[in-house]
Amino acid sequence: MSSQTPVPLPDAAVPPPGQTGVAETAQEPDGGRRILHEMLTSSWLVSLLAIVLALILGGLLIAAADAEVQATASYFFSRPSDLISAAWTAVSEAYAALFAGAVFDPRAEELGRAVRPFTETLTVATPLILAGLGLGIGFRAGLFNIGAQGQIILGGIFAGFIGFTFDLPPVVHLLLCVFGAALGGALWAGIAGVLKARTGAHEVIVTIMLNNIAIYLVAYLLSLDAFQRTGSNNPVSPPIPDSAAYPLLLGSGYRLHAGFLVAIAAAFFTWWLMERSTIGFRFRAVGSNPHAARTAGISVNATYVWVMLTAGALAGLAGSAQVLGTERVLTAGVAASYGFDAITVALLGRSKPLGTVLAGILFGALRAGGVVMQARTGTPIDIVLVVQSLIVLFIAAPPLVRSVFRLPSPDTPRAPKPVVPVAAKEVSA
Amino acid sequence: MKKIIRVAALGGAVALALAACGSAPEETDETAGTGETSAETVDFKACMVSDAGGFDDKSFNQSGFEGLMRAVDELGIEEAHVESAADTDYTPNIDSLVAENCNLIIGVGFLLEDPIQAAAEANPDVDFALVDSAFSDADFAPVTLENGKPILFDTAQAAYLAGYAAAATSTTGKVATYGGIQIPSVTIFMDGFADGVAKFNEDNGGSVQVLGWDKATQQGVFAGNFDSQDDGKNIGQSFIDQGADIIMPVAGPVGLGTASVAQAAGNVAVIGVDSDWFETTEYGSLIMTSVMKEIGPAVFDTISEAVDGNFSSDPYVGTLENEGLGLAPFHDFESKVPADVVTKLDELKAAIIAGDITVESEASPK
Repeated sequence: MSSQTPVPLPDAAVPPPGQTGVAETAQEPDGGRRILHEMLTSSWLVSLLAIVLALILGGLLIAAADAEVQATASYFFSRPSDLISAAWTAVSEAYAALFAGAVFDPRAEELGRAVRPFTETLTVATPLILAGLGLGIGFRAGLFNIGAQGQIILGGIFAGFIGFTFDLPPVVHLLLCVFGAALGGALWAGIAGVLKARTGAHEVIVTIMLNNIAIYLVAYLLSLDAFQRTGSNNPVSPPIPDSAAYPLLLGSGYRLHAGFLVAIAAAFFTWWLMERSTIGFRFRAVGSNPHAARTAGISVNATYVWVMLTAGALAGLAGSAQVLGTERVLTAGVAASYGFDAITVALLGRSKPLGTVLAGILFGALRAGGVVMQARTGTPIDIVLVVQSLIVLFIAAPPLVRSVFRLPSPDTPRAPKPVVPVAAKEVSA
Repeated sequence: MKKIIRVAALGGAVALALAACGSAPEETDETAGTGETSAETVDFKACMVSDAGGFDDKSFNQSGFEGLMRAVDELGIEEAHVESAADTDYTPNIDSLVAENCNLIIGVGFLLEDPIQAAAEANPDVDFALVDSAFSDADFAPVTLENGKPILFDTAQAAYLAGYAAAATSTTGKVATYGGIQIPSVTIFMDGFADGVAKFNEDNGGSVQVLGWDKATQQGVFAGNFDSQDDGKNIGQSFIDQGADIIMPVAGPVGLGTASVAQAAGNVAVIGVDSDWFETTEYGSLIMTSVMKEIGPAVFDTISEAVDGNFSSDPYVGTLENEGLGLAPFHDFESKVPADVVTKLDELKAAIIAGDITVESEASPK
């Protein structure tokens, strides 16, 4: 690629490094913004390679944790083939089980059972996609919203309460619950938005704290009679009636529910909002440079509030997917760690709707497959968490991935470098 | 600096190389080593799902897992086990075990009640067992499942003995207990403990107080979780400040936090729960005794019955009589517990087994 002649052209387009630094510090004294920018601008190739790299390292860990591999390692030099074959068996079996649990199970006796894993993946992906879309909107507007966990819980509380308390006709009941979930999430995120706009309180701190408040709020509510089953002291709500539940898409043998359709619809809505609407343009303008946006007549503070309301509503819908779809009951752990996993999903998806959907499905696949991997090969499910975390780590450090795979860096000016090889090549030719 | 790194790297490489220099085992050894244990292999697969505590919780998940491992060793069965990281994992975890063609699936903890029950109804040809909870329908009325066996413990019986011993040993006249979450499998400990203290007061005209639990109103102190040792420290410290010198935390690993403040206080003892904390925790010298639930043997017996084709859905109820429950030895406290109390405890135990004393708790298995 370095033999092309118009090499210096990109340099003209990229401002000198010094200048970029000045512009960024002028924007806002916020180092997080620069890292966020870095994560969002690196290429699709880097994302893909980050996943590959994470899976390779995960494979090494699977091999290292395997008892057979450990046993053969003690006599590696007298018969190295043992170690290699043991490691190969451990890793290939684990990843085969991961695939079987996430996409297609060739060992299943009937077709319905064989394709069930993929429906499981989509089920787990649903809340990740919804919350990830919300977080992505925040990231593109320059708000590092860590509060999806709390927003999911609030969405779950609202949806659950409306669901098991009132007795309404089927469609109306479901719509009301879904609306309630969006409202609950939006209100919770809105607190952080208003505080940011009115007082400048940093959204990272506020949303993290709101997460904790939400966890204790749901624990408290579940200790009240209004949220418990009659005759029981257990912190578990009454079940959601059929009238308020997301209908199952593929019948009773599968957990996939209409919440997945809501997630897909939300992805289209988010695309329209961010790419086609005036509001979305304001969000993006504030995200790329709040000062310029203010000069252009956009109310930055009002935009912060609207961004958080939208993000919270989407995260609240993720709560509805859990309470009205997968679990059909409100418990303290109903949000699992979806709110935090969704941050990773949004980053991996570059905060774009399509990317978030794909990243959500990937993480859903890792989760669903991890369960089968644990059951079938005894590989600890923590490996899946390690792989997920490694993906984030590599995405957050594009230069690391590029150096591992010897990719050229897109940002650094490399005018002097190509000159030498080009000249050398001309000489040799 | 660079030189140090080089030397260290070389040293590490040499160490690794030497460690890898062992001689390869003979082929025959290898098959014997990697194959099944000497017990004859039985075509039976027992599987287990933990709750969010994991199989290394030093509490009931771990006890249940030990029962499963014993079954693998002694009965030569196959096993599979999955850990749950969150409440939302239970259903997919159980489902993955159904897909693994398990013959018997054991769920550990009351939190798995709904998922196990749903799986038992959906898979009539697989047997299920559930530790620490019975099955019930949406209105909390008890349900019997053809293929679901509850493994329950009438823990109040053993906690009663612990309460009596604590009241007799306390020098401040105040003993304390608290729970993780207010659920039947926790409050049953606290009910028994409170009754044991009341029995001591009645017999000896004493006035030992129980902090943290009022059996009559079913109100008391709860950490709100089963994992925060910080909560255990705070609650333990508040009891110590109120003058308690023996504390029974019924909250899994939360209790370890209480043990650490008890250690700092110096003259405060702890009563362990589920397993013998003298053996399983690092606070041996503080552990007066433990209220033990023999979950492992109960799990083993359930598997053993199923292997022999005798699985039944009748609940297993652990009691003092069938040794599903027990009070651990006093270990370091043998000298501090009055000798007449030790004989009295034996009498009480015999009376409970004979049915002369019934320890009542709202949470007792019915």
